[in-house]
Amino acid sequence: MLKCFTDNRFNTHGQRLTVHFDSPNLYGAVPEVSPAKGDPSSAHRPINTTTIMAVEFDGGVVIGADSRTTTGAYIANRVTDKLTKVHERIFCCRSGSAADTQAIAEAVSYQLGFHSIELDEPPLVQTAANLFKQMCYRYREELMAGIIVAGWDKRKGGQVYTVPMGGMLVRQPVSVGGSGSSYIYGFIDSNYKTGMTKEECLRFTADALALAMERDGSSGGVVRLAAITEAGLERSVILGNQLPSFSA
Amino acid sequence: SEEEECEHQAESSSHSSDRTTIIAIAFEGGVVIGSDSRVSAGASVVNRVMNKLSPLHDKIYCALSGSAADAQTMAEIVNYQLDVHSIEVGEDPLVRSAATLVKNISYKYKEELSAHLIVAGWDRRAGGQVYVTLDGLLARQPFAIGGSGSSYIYGFVDAEYRQGMTKKDCQEFVVNALALAMNRDGSSGGVAYFVTIDKDGTDEKCILGNKLPTFFDE
Repeated sequence: MLKCFTDNRFNTHGQRLTVHFDSPNLYGAVPEVSPAKGDPSSAHRPINTTTIMAVEFDGGVVIGADSRTTTGAYIANRVTDKLTKVHERIFCCRSGSAADTQAIAEAVSYQLGFHSIELDEPPLVQTAANLFKQMCYRYREELMAGIIVAGWDKRKGGQVYTVPMGGMLVRQPVSVGGSGSSYIYGFIDSNYKTGMTKEECLRFTADALALAMERDGSSGGVVRLAAITEAGLERSVILGNQLPSFSA
Repeated sequence: SEEEECEHQAESSSHSSDRTTIIAIAFEGGVVIGSDSRVSAGASVVNRVMNKLSPLHDKIYCALSGSAADAQTMAEIVNYQLDVHSIEVGEDPLVRSAATLVKNISYKYKEELSAHLIVAGWDRRAGGQVYVTLDGLLARQPFAIGGSGSSYIYGFVDAEYRQGMTKKDCQEFVVNALALAMNRDGSSGGVAYFVTIDKDGTDEKCILGNKLPTFFDE
């Protein structure tokens, strides 16, 4: 249930604060009015205009992302880790505003930890995805966040859920996001097949991300990959000079 | 009557075929050039079977994107100029000449026009060639894609293109690329037109929607 108290305090930007007490943590104060479009200060907030991707296979998921964070034309971080753990076997891939997605991931990570203690069992990927969706949908006007949630649980195995900007939730066998994703829809559609092994998924993800990074100016750096299965988590990095290359 | 008025109004609103997908690829001995067939004005599909491949000469075609009116007019003007030129030199014009004529118009009127033509064809001197004339530049490329649908297939074409593809490979490449773009881009759709040009002639083909290649989620 949403309980909303309008506090007569103002934040440092002179915006009225509305404090929402519907989540079991203190993170909930958001400015009531988001910065106006064209506000010069918002043009240089760090964002992950990026390419992120996740693929299901029998027994787990493979997730991947590029590593560029930009503030305007400057690359603030060229080795960003956009693959964020929210629980032992559940990760999220973050695109959009770096601050927004970090804050959302922390909040969901807290909620999942609490939930998992109450349940006395690892949480479901679908639960994590729904928590992301609830937050992204409720605060859709204030947030700029496109998130892919992926992981393994013992009920449904490997699952990928996408929560794009606006706050919809849908499960897909393969999902891409971020600014670089437009360029690889054709490649994904033509190259994905069901029943791929973990190694094939890793190769597929690395190829797709390399292609996107080549074409999208806002994606680049290294490719970070992770494979999540019942057995655990395997992370890897492909450096720039080791990326797959294509003749064009 | 009211119905006629509505139709007339729809026709006179801006037909943009910037919302399109066009592609051209050269192989040893010729080119394959292809396009989708959708012309949309906002959310309405005004023409679902428009052929965006326009002949500039017997063995030189161009693919239209951008404002439909601008692109068609440019193609007509260059068609005329090429006819005059080919009579003057007494032989078939070069693809580069056609591309240069398109580029000259694009560059001179770059503020007024908004159209991007990909020029492709075969001539005796340099075989199959593909030229892009976006914004008034002229560049020869092994293959080229354009239109709003092209964003979605950059990854695909980068991965799939190899040097030394045969005519049949190129035709498959074009049809697959168009099908993928038409699936993802709301402004591209309908049927796939493609034209194969080589020293023996020009072969125009059309693949209907239900015969296009399908992919894993269809």
